[in-house]
Amino acid sequence: MFDFSNIIDLPLIWGVLIATAIFLYVLLDGFDLGIGIIFPFAPSDKCRDRMMNSIAPFWDGNETWLVLGGGGLFAAFPLAYSILMPAFYMPIIMMLLGLILRGVAFEFRFKASDKSRHIWDKAFHFGSLSAAFCQGMILGAFVQGVEVDTRNFSGGPFDWATGFSLMTGIAVVFGYALLGSTWLVMKTEDVTMEWSRRVASYVLGFVGIFMALVSIAMPLMNDQIQKFWFSTPNIFFLLPIPLLTAGLFGLIWYDLHHKKAEYRPFLASIGVFLMGYIGLGISIFPWLIPFKYTIWDAAASGPGLSLMLVGVVPLLPLILGYTGYCYYIFRGKTSHEHMY
Amino acid sequence: MLEILDPILLARIQFAFTISFHIVFPAFTIGLASFLAVTEWRWLRTGNEVYRDVYKFWVKIFAVAFGMGVVSGVVMSYQFGTNWSVFSDRIANVLGPLLGFEVLTAFFLEASFLGIMLFGWGRVSKNMHFVATCIVAGGTLMSAFWILSANSWMQTPQGFEIAADGRLMPTDWLEIIFNPSFPYRFLHMVTAAYLTTAFVVGGVGAFYLWNKRHIPQARIMLGMAAIMAALVAPSQLLIGHEHGKNTMEYQPAKVAAMEGNWDHTTNAPLYLFGWPDQKAQETKFGITVPSGASWVLTGKADGAIPNLKSFKLEDRPPVAWVFWSFRVMVGLGMLMILIGAVSAVQYFRGKLFESRWLHGWWMLMMPSGFIALLAGWFVTEIGRQPWTAYSIIRTAESVSPAILGPQVAWSLLAFVVMYTFVFGAGSYYILKLIGKGIPAANDKEQYYGHGIESSVIESAAPQGGKNV
Repeated sequence: MFDFSNIIDLPLIWGVLIATAIFLYVLLDGFDLGIGIIFPFAPSDKCRDRMMNSIAPFWDGNETWLVLGGGGLFAAFPLAYSILMPAFYMPIIMMLLGLILRGVAFEFRFKASDKSRHIWDKAFHFGSLSAAFCQGMILGAFVQGVEVDTRNFSGGPFDWATGFSLMTGIAVVFGYALLGSTWLVMKTEDVTMEWSRRVASYVLGFVGIFMALVSIAMPLMNDQIQKFWFSTPNIFFLLPIPLLTAGLFGLIWYDLHHKKAEYRPFLASIGVFLMGYIGLGISIFPWLIPFKYTIWDAAASGPGLSLMLVGVVPLLPLILGYTGYCYYIFRGKTSHEHMY
Repeated sequence: MLEILDPILLARIQFAFTISFHIVFPAFTIGLASFLAVTEWRWLRTGNEVYRDVYKFWVKIFAVAFGMGVVSGVVMSYQFGTNWSVFSDRIANVLGPLLGFEVLTAFFLEASFLGIMLFGWGRVSKNMHFVATCIVAGGTLMSAFWILSANSWMQTPQGFEIAADGRLMPTDWLEIIFNPSFPYRFLHMVTAAYLTTAFVVGGVGAFYLWNKRHIPQARIMLGMAAIMAALVAPSQLLIGHEHGKNTMEYQPAKVAAMEGNWDHTTNAPLYLFGWPDQKAQETKFGITVPSGASWVLTGKADGAIPNLKSFKLEDRPPVAWVFWSFRVMVGLGMLMILIGAVSAVQYFRGKLFESRWLHGWWMLMMPSGFIALLAGWFVTEIGRQPWTAYSIIRTAESVSPAILGPQVAWSLLAFVVMYTFVFGAGSYYILKLIGKGIPAANDKEQYYGHGIESSVIESAAPQGGKNV
């Protein structure tokens, strides 16, 4: 039985790995779900076809990151998994049901008759919307912390429903809509692209408002977080995060309105998400169940983490490699993709 | 009123319901992926377009089934935590890496290359497309490897020690992964998946032959399925038999329940029919073969086999469920062997593709694989009760303490409604695809476009025609 516990900080490495997996999920399924969120507002059925086609080859791979997030949490931080899952029972079940509706809509929509297609359009939209909203609520409730009795969640069934989590829920819906619309700017043309540009610039404002609200609320809710951000010298090291975020917002706005760039808005939106994610991450670190258990408290035993690390080191680059290959195969504008 | 909602029972029903719905799709896609790899290989090797037709027809059905497998599978990876948090906390150090490796080595492979398999025509070379199909097929098998290893460990746990706080700590990975029941269960399940698919493919082939449609393609479907049934169904009987003997060694209570054997230590009868009564501790209305169970399991009429009364009341599984599920599985397996044998005979008489009565049987047998598969899982999972990890952690102590009856009740209801709606629709679309059949030569190209196509255009010209 090999165990690297004495040589390297396994929980820290796994914390970074799981955080990365969740972030990749947020980005990759974020634009899928975002497209579902703005789906019914598209100008025509033809646009909707193209929107869906632009993600059809990818959504399945993208959703797999969520399985890695859940499975990885189970394997690497079982204590966190077994406390957080019951704590967020309702939003998790609702998210899963939403993801079911969204996922099957891809296949069913093209198989449905004209009369019943609208059912799957709605399934796609409401599935995406509820999955995104629940993810946002889970994020908010997670940041606020949950009630714990030794190794079990001990709170009530509605503890996750707070004003803050409601706000983060809406924030994530707008955030995903931004990713989705800028993805479409990159992957579509003509009418669909023009429309996506307008949607992107509309949701951009809301994303900005909600990011500001969350940034204000977090330090207000917790002294530790407040001290972390606003004490010297931290504030000077951390200042680049809000400044960069503001810069990225400006860049997206400029690109959408003046430059007519097609790739950069999506990349800059990823940057916005990255900044938000880093901001949240360093605020909470090293807590995994804020403010009860740290990543070291919640980690699995050394042998398991070591074994998985041996697996992850070759496999993760391989996965990223072939994921990249699949994106490369389906590069370019969707509307050029006449397969017939 | 709400107190009558027993959270443990509800959580068990919810898990059973969601996993039963889920397993149907992976089982079908494990078999179908391999079938598709073979047909594509035949097409590339022979250049015979009939194989291509068969591939392109089944890949559409594969897409629907795979999608449903994915979305119902994501549910499973969360349900351990939502409803079985104590179990998760206690066994994660042992099982976590197995499930982690499933995602890393299999799930990503399947999910990523599925995109190329479904939408990659014309974007990658024919050979690369074939590679993608093989990767997806290999991924499904790899996935089965890890999941069945984890499940088998729950049946026959080893390679761990129990820490002071009750958590399990791994001591030997090879013992954990290759636990005693794993090789048998893995072989049994993969074979079951192949048979399930064979009977669906063969049933569709028979349906077309019956209706005199797509004769060349239908002959390939029925022919390949008949080979599977003739060769693999009897092998499955042997594998299952060995699996049963392994179970007798490691989970004797399960075998006692399968045989409905309460008292006999030797010369146990084989019940062809019977009604096990858990309270009365006897199997009523039995029609038996004297000493049959002993003979089947040990090779000797006076061979020793486990009986239920040697286990404490609280250590016995629900006997009737196990007993009857086992008979459904074995009965259907026997029918499959029979159909396979008859098909082989008809083939050598040159009449496989003309025997309408046989085609009728194949059509009737279409759902047989699914039913047998579920019955088999009922045997092994209900037979493991009252434990989640056999003889280590009881089901009753595994549930999430904070999740009460009403919560599980509504989530179960939501799952039932959603699965009925979504999977009902999925089955309907699969049947619709089968009914629609393989398109005529002139509209093939559009048909092959799969999802990347315009629903507007497609619906304007449903029978093909010129595309823009």
